[in-house]
Amino acid sequence: MPDLRGLYQEVILDHCKKPRNYRMLEGSVHHAEGYNPLCGDRVTIYVKIEDGRISDVSFQGSGCAISTSSASLLTDAVKGKTLAEADALFQKFHALVTGEGNHPQAEDPALGKLAVFSGVAEFPVRVKCATLAWHTLRSALKGEEKAVTTE
Amino acid sequence: MAITPQHIAETTLRKSATKFDVERIRKDFPALDQTVHGKPLVYLDNAATSQKPLAVMEAEEHFYRRDCSNIHRGVHELSERATKSYEDARVKAQQFLNARDSKEIIFVRGATEAINLVANSFGRKNVQAGDEILITAMEHHSNIVPWQMLCEEKGAKLRVAPINDRGELLFDEYEKLLGPKTRLAAVAHVSNVLGTINPVREMIEAAHRKGVPVLLDGAQAAPHLQVDVQALDCEFYTFSAHKLYGPTGVGVLYGKADLLDAMPPYQGGGDMISSVTFEKTIYNSLPYKFEAGTSNIAGVIGMGAAIDYLNRIGMEKISAYEDELLAYATGAVSRVPGLKIIGTAEKKAGVISFVMEGIHPHDVGTVLDQEGIAVRTGHHCAQPLMERFRIPATTRASLAFYNTKREIDALAAGIQKVKELLG
Repeated sequence: MPDLRGLYQEVILDHCKKPRNYRMLEGSVHHAEGYNPLCGDRVTIYVKIEDGRISDVSFQGSGCAISTSSASLLTDAVKGKTLAEADALFQKFHALVTGEGNHPQAEDPALGKLAVFSGVAEFPVRVKCATLAWHTLRSALKGEEKAVTTE
Repeated sequence: MAITPQHIAETTLRKSATKFDVERIRKDFPALDQTVHGKPLVYLDNAATSQKPLAVMEAEEHFYRRDCSNIHRGVHELSERATKSYEDARVKAQQFLNARDSKEIIFVRGATEAINLVANSFGRKNVQAGDEILITAMEHHSNIVPWQMLCEEKGAKLRVAPINDRGELLFDEYEKLLGPKTRLAAVAHVSNVLGTINPVREMIEAAHRKGVPVLLDGAQAAPHLQVDVQALDCEFYTFSAHKLYGPTGVGVLYGKADLLDAMPPYQGGGDMISSVTFEKTIYNSLPYKFEAGTSNIAGVIGMGAAIDYLNRIGMEKISAYEDELLAYATGAVSRVPGLKIIGTAEKKAGVISFVMEGIHPHDVGTVLDQEGIAVRTGHHCAQPLMERFRIPATTRASLAFYNTKREIDALAAGIQKVKELLG
């Protein structure tokens, strides 16, 4: 039976109530909007890139505990990373929350705090909540104008 | 004679004629008797779709086991039986809505198709550039988008009657929006999000004073209220069988015969014609003009069985029991600190939408699901209404006559658990 405490871990609830880097970035930044029409989650990701690295990243929006905390933890996780490193992290995160490969990812040190999302794999309908911010980041980095939607 | 479950159900209902015996009624709905995540299922997503009584499943099964054949065309025994069951269902639907004539009952895929039929047939014929269609702020997407599409095609304008913070129509504003250019008012009888029962009798009278015909979207009303289209005097009425304890993929469009007669067909094909040559086709008479192709025959027969089932209990009794349950649920839910009910109209049918301070509906839904409680979370296909209340989504518990006070207590306990976990 899926475990609610495994889904709503303390770190997730903390980031939901006190989201980090919750602001707009001024100046020359990439940004993209993500939308999950199923539950109404909306997120805007702002990224500043200097010398091929993500020098600053932030978000704004409203959503459920999983999507809000995922966006918040994303900003902490990708700051200072190169674009290739951020993309590799997304791949690992995606494998973690979709439960691909029987969770060896949860042990992956590269995931750091993102490992708290391992419980999402038990709740398939919530995968989209966890990945919305990541898809939106990818869109921002590609400079896509059209809003990302999970549907 | 063999005793079938239907006989048992009928006997059960006769015995309980004096009292609403919900525990006995629950036995007619096999899906209610199961556990979900180790807890007894509490099904409170009835506004999305309702569970089906055995009688409905048996009617469909009987058709497929014994009478399966195409209708209206065959000379053989099976086709005659199937045609009779199908047309009997039309009479049942006619009586259920108290329509004047069974030819005013058109079988469609559901309320959505019924509205699209009216938009495409009545709408395209009667709406010109500069004309207006009037809806309300509490419509389901299915009673918004077909009219938007029509307005876009014709250069017409969609007008929206506003509501107050309780979720009640602002009647004076509605009346003001009925003008010389209004070609149709299309309104929900009952709101799927707020539960508001609109004052449709008065709305129709006001529209008729301006010569405006009215379509009522009865998807959320027909399962809960006694509907009388002659007393209402609406031009069109629609409902979906699957919310009425019947099968999915079937529903009814009621239309006044003179209007339907004057309308062009919606789709072309078999059954809707009386003769075809390559030069000219003569359309069939009502209701067949609007039923092109082989219909969902089993579904229509299943819907007939659902109507029979509801009649055996009685819509008045159903309404009265659901009102009692709604009052109980409203009390139980509104006692939770930090919880706000969205939709507090004076006249409501069995829907409770709510938001909780600092907790997103999607998380509420996940926690409740783990308690075996099925609710809906999201915008409920009414995004403009969500914007009106400045909320992204709600959690919606929607009731049926097979729900119990014990289940409402489980919902209240589940909401407490949500607060403990996420509050």
